[in-house]
Formats: sequence, structure tokens, C-alpha cells
Amino acid sequence: MEQKTHTSRQYEKELQDVKQRLIYLGALTEKAIKEATDALFERDSVRARSVIDGDEVINHLDEEIEKECIRLLALRQPAARDLRFITTAIKINGHLERIADIAVTISRKVLDLNEEPRLKPYIDLPRMAETSRKMIRESLDALVKENESQAKWVLREDEVVDRLNEQIFRELLTFIMEDPRTTHRALLIMQVSKNLERISDHATSIAKNVIYMVTGKNVRHGMFDCGSYDVFGESLEKKDG
Amino acid sequence: MKRRYLKQWAFFLAVRLSALTIALSIAFFFIFIFIQGYSAVSWEFLTKHPQDMMTKGGVMPAIVGTFYLTIGAMAVALPLGVLSAIYLNEYAKEGYVLRFLRVGIRCLAGVPSIVFGLFGLALFVVYFGFGSSIMAGSLTLGFLILPTVIGASEEALSSVPETFREASLALGVSKWNTISKIVLPNSLPGILTGSILSIGRAAGETAPIMFTAATFFTAVLPKSIFDEVMALPYHIYVLATAGTRIEETRPIQYGTVLVLVGMVLMINMTAIAIRSYARKKKRW
Amino acid sequence: MVNIETWDISISAKNVDFYYGTFQALTNVTMDFEKNRVTALIGPSGCGKSTLLRMFNRMNDLIDGARMDGEVLFEGINIYDPKVDPVDVRRRIGMVFQKPNPFPKSIYNNIIYGPRLNGIRNKSDLENLVEKSLKRVSLWNEVKDILGRSAMTLSGGQQQRLCIARALAMKPDVLLMDEPTSALDPISTAKIEELIEELKKNYTIIIVTHNMQQAARVSDYTAFFYLGRLIEYNRTDRLFTTPDVKQTEDYITGRFG
Repeated sequence: MEQKTHTSRQYEKELQDVKQRLIYLGALTEKAIKEATDALFERDSVRARSVIDGDEVINHLDEEIEKECIRLLALRQPAARDLRFITTAIKINGHLERIADIAVTISRKVLDLNEEPRLKPYIDLPRMAETSRKMIRESLDALVKENESQAKWVLREDEVVDRLNEQIFRELLTFIMEDPRTTHRALLIMQVSKNLERISDHATSIAKNVIYMVTGKNVRHGMFDCGSYDVFGESLEKKDG
Repeated sequence: MKRRYLKQWAFFLAVRLSALTIALSIAFFFIFIFIQGYSAVSWEFLTKHPQDMMTKGGVMPAIVGTFYLTIGAMAVALPLGVLSAIYLNEYAKEGYVLRFLRVGIRCLAGVPSIVFGLFGLALFVVYFGFGSSIMAGSLTLGFLILPTVIGASEEALSSVPETFREASLALGVSKWNTISKIVLPNSLPGILTGSILSIGRAAGETAPIMFTAATFFTAVLPKSIFDEVMALPYHIYVLATAGTRIEETRPIQYGTVLVLVGMVLMINMTAIAIRSYARKKKRW
Repeated sequence: MVNIETWDISISAKNVDFYYGTFQALTNVTMDFEKNRVTALIGPSGCGKSTLLRMFNRMNDLIDGARMDGEVLFEGINIYDPKVDPVDVRRRIGMVFQKPNPFPKSIYNNIIYGPRLNGIRNKSDLENLVEKSLKRVSLWNEVKDILGRSAMTLSGGQQQRLCIARALAMKPDVLLMDEPTSALDPISTAKIEELIEELKKNYTIIIVTHNMQQAARVSDYTAFFYLGRLIEYNRTDRLFTTPDVKQTEDYITGRFG
């Protein structure tokens, strides 16, 4: 859809600036996940520590974005598309920050795991990490391009990650049953898997927010096309048809 | 000095000089009239009839006559003028009729007063048979000042903010009530000021009353509006041109002029007083 | 857009065209106004919103060279029917203007002006009416001791509330407001907006405003006009979050021209 620019160029710039910073935050978060999981797969504790240290930068950026969004709400009184963008940006910002926190959590588990011998070669976990990262990337790309179908792809991908998580869970359970001495390591890996699954959940939420931003339809509760709700949670069908 | 300051200085000088010229000539005029006339003016002069072929006595009948004519002209011009102005300003829609009427009124204002005099003679004195009388004179003078009264009234009406009319109409008040309850009361001071100023002019006119109302001499005061009267301007005219002993009446002439100027000034003062009172009250 | 099936309709415009001479100010406007709701008309200058508003109490009759097609129904009756007296229409459909326009009369006389000319002569009836009307607009406590003072001595915000009270004294069903706060400071504006909220319990209110936030704050429904056409008519919360029409979105987000 062709988008006219704002009559106020300063305002337009500020909106674009929020978007840019959000994308940058997304890139940092994605990198944190990659570093944390690579630290696990390559048994590299230095990289795990760098993720923990790097969280401060992310937290700082998160605060800045939120401040800027609140400033825009107060000073520009955005409406419609802009209003949806800014409220969405605030939410996406929160999700990204929590994803970064999860990356830190994963890094801590990795540090513990690296103290002990490798339990098993990782096959599904790298796939999960890759998919979760891709989900973040795609959902943010959908935000930039205002592409609804790209966001919907992310929603579908969440299923894949959920299934991988269950599979890893079952596999590790068999390890524990065969040899209880592996319990500690297996539980740590389970937690990593669970955390990756949570990351994909956040990515899914981001995608849903993007869909709301693009279409104005709220798909947060339940999957697609289960009726449109306005921002106050009232069904529009009943009143307006 | 820079060139543009020089220009400015020259222009301001010209402006000051022309204002000064006017002020000086007015001052000169009043001082001249006063010096020439004040010796003649006395209580007797204001209250007595003329005596001895106008060389003695007063101008009382002329004052009374001018007063009657002025009131009469007002009585003719005010209702007619205000009603026409209401029609023109409030009711008439833009178009050929309105434009034609406005042109007509403007032409009327430009007609020389002697023509009004002849018109009055033909219509009121002869055709309606009023004879030379207060009635005929008042009507003629009334018609003479009608364009001015209409103009002043229109201006006063249109100076009432449109928002007052809208406010009133939006309350479900009829157009006539809006005009009579809101527009007219708020434009009345303006209408009165303009009309009284024009009456001041009428009081000093000679030509229109020459054939229609004024007489050279009458021993008695008018008893009805169909009687002839003496009038100040005509009296001056006659004293200065038609007498056999013009030189002897000179002081009386100037005395009469002073009385007339005094009367006109008083009328104008009244108008100014009304205007300043209305301005003080006005708040929109 | 809006579903009017369940509505109690107060005013409805049907295929309304309006011309100032040869200039067409409104083109085929059809819309209904729900009873006891606030409907805001927004749009850039010259979009026809004020023209439409002034059609509803036939204020456009006063303009030379103006002409209209279509119908405006008020409670089912076409108010442009030749048999209808515009004075009767204006008694039922009051109007508040952009600039406060009290008459240069006392506060008391401003209120009773309309009712008295419409036949209420009883002094105590009029006094009651003054008190009730001024209380409705929360002006009573401020002016009850100075009812005889000229309305021109009040502040702009008080004058505007007085004008609303004056309109209410006629006991209208509909209140048309043409940018009622554009000449007022923010506090007076807030008071008027609060008043609108209060008044909609008993009156149908149609408000023209240039201030979109104001439309968003006070109205239940908003109609967006552009170049004499009704572009979008929607629930206010929807129009300002997720408008149906691109042009509306461009306008309310400031991406116009």
C-alpha cells in the first residue's frame, strides 16, 4: 500500500527513528540468541559470558525506545496507523527485551553445562534455535514491510518449535531413565529447549502485534479470523456489522 | 539627512499644513461670525418679532419656524429612511432591483437643493395643494435629507454583527422579531447620530424652503402645519439681498447667522453626545 | 461503517447536494444521526461539514444564491418541505456558534429572549427557566448574583456556556455546535467538552470541529468529509484506531496534502 509521508517531516522522522531502533534491538536480541546457543553447541563459555555482559546494552536500548514511544504519544497524539504503530512498538519492544533476558538465562545454563562432559550431540536443538531466530527476524521484517502474510508465516512456525520442544523433552526423558546420572545435564538442556520455545512464543506475539498494526484486527486471543475485535475488546460484529 | 527621511519630512509637512489650513479657516470663520454678530444678539433679539422693516427687533419667528421645519423634516425622513434602510439591508436580495434602488438613492443625494425646492413647489405646494406651509417645507426638507438618513441607517444596521442575527434566528425567533428586538435597538444610536447630523444640514438650507414654506415676514406665529413660517436661513437671504436698507440691517444679518450657526452646532453636539454615549456602552 | 438498524434516528440527510452559486459544497451526502448521541463532523477547511451542520436548522436559507437538492428528515419530516416554517425547525434544533455571541443584554435577558418571544410571559416561569438553563451548563453558581449584568462582561468560556444555556432554554431536541471551542482557552474548552458529555443524555448533539482530539474525546460517532463528500462514517473509537478508508487514515494521522 502506497504510504504518504507526514505533513510534519519531523514527526515522520521520529516515527521512522523508532522503527529503526526497534529493528536494531531485534538484531541485537537475535545475535544474543545465536551467541548463547553457539556457546552451547561449541562449548565456548567466553561467548556465553559475552551474552550476559551484553544484556546491559539491550536493556538500555529498550528503555530508550519506550521513552521515545511515550514521548510521541504525549506530544504528537498519534491516530490510526501511527497510534497502532506506536502501541505495537511498545509491546514488541517489551517482547524483544524479554527474549534478550531469556538469552541470558540460556547463557547461564550453558555455563553450567560446559562444566560437564557433553551429554549427546545436538541435532534438534540447533534447528530449534535457528527457527526461533528466524521467527524473530521474519516478524520484524513483517513489521518493516507491513506484510501480513509474512507475520502469519511466523504464527505457523510456532507449531514447529513447539513440536521440537516436545520431541527434545521426550528424548531427554529417556536419557534420564536409562542413566539417572545424566539427570542434571538433561534437565539443563530441557530448560534451554523450554527457553527457546518461550522465545518462539514471544516471536509469535510480535507477529500478532504486527498483524494488528497492519490490519487493525486483533488476533492475540486465538488464531486467525476468529472474528475481529476492537481495541476495547468489544466485538465489532455485534454493533456494527 | 538620508533621502527617504527628506521625503518623509516633506510629506508630513504637507499633511500638517493642510490640516492647519482647515483648522485656521474654521477658527477664522467662527471668530468672524462671532465678532460681527454678538453685538446684535440679545435676549430681545431671540424673543422679539422683527420691527421697522427688519432694522430693529428680533428673529424669534424665524427660530420657531426653523425649529418646526427641522422637526417636521425629521418626522418625514426618519421613519421613511429607517424603513427603507431596513428593507435594503435586511430584506432585499442582491439583484437588479436592489442595485437600481441604490443608484437612485445615490443620485437623489447628488441633486442640488434648489431642484428639491422646485420639486416641493410642484408636488406639495401646487399638486397636493398644501400651499407654502410647514407641511410642504417639512416634506421637501425630509426628502432632501432622505438619502443621508438612509445611508446612515444602512451603515448603522450593517454594523450590528451578523452573529447577533444568527444567534437570534437560531433560537427560532422570526426575522421581524430579530430585527425589531435585536438589530434595531443595537443600531438606534448610529441611526440617530447620522440622522441628526443630516438634520443639522437641513436646518441651514434655504433653497428648498424658499418656495415651499418660508415667508419674508409674518406678524403671527404659525397656528397649524399648513401655515407659512419665517425661517432663519431664508431670513438671512432676504436681509442680505432683498431689502431696501441692506446696510442698516447688517448687524442683524450677522446676528441671525450666529443664531443659525449656534442652532446647527447644538444639533450636531446632540448627535456627538449620542454617539459617544453609545460607544461607551457598546461592547462587541 | 455504522449499523443503523438498531438506531433511534433523530436527523437524517438523504442524497443532499448543496451549492453556493455554481460551487458545489456538498455532493450526495446521505447519513443518519442517532438520538442522544454525539456525532462529530471532521474534515479539512472547505470540506462542507459546516454547510451540512447549518442545513439541519435551515441557517443556510439566509445565504443568497444558495441551493440544495435532497431531503433532510427530522423525526421523519422533511424540514425543507415548503409547508415547514424554518422558525419552527430552529425552535427544535438549536445552534451554538464558533464565537460566543451573547446579545448585548443582561445575562437574564439573554436566556429569556427566545422563550419570551415564543410566548412564555409568566415571570416565575421565566425565572425558573433561567435558573434551570444556567444550572444545566454549570454557570448558575458563577452568575446567580449578577444576572442583571451585561453578558458582555463574562469571560469567553462563560459567554459560550451562556450561549448554550440560551439555546437550551428553548428546550430543543437537537443541539448543533459549530466549532464551539475554537475561540476558547483549554480550561474553558474542557468545561464545554464535559458539558457535551452531560448534555447527550437529553439531547442529540452534532458538533463540527477542527480539533480531531476533540472529536475523539467527545463524540460517539465521527464522520469524515472531504471535498463535499462523506468519506467515512464510523464509531469514533474505530475511526481513530482503525479507519476503514485510506483517505480518513491519511487525514487523521496528518498525512494530508
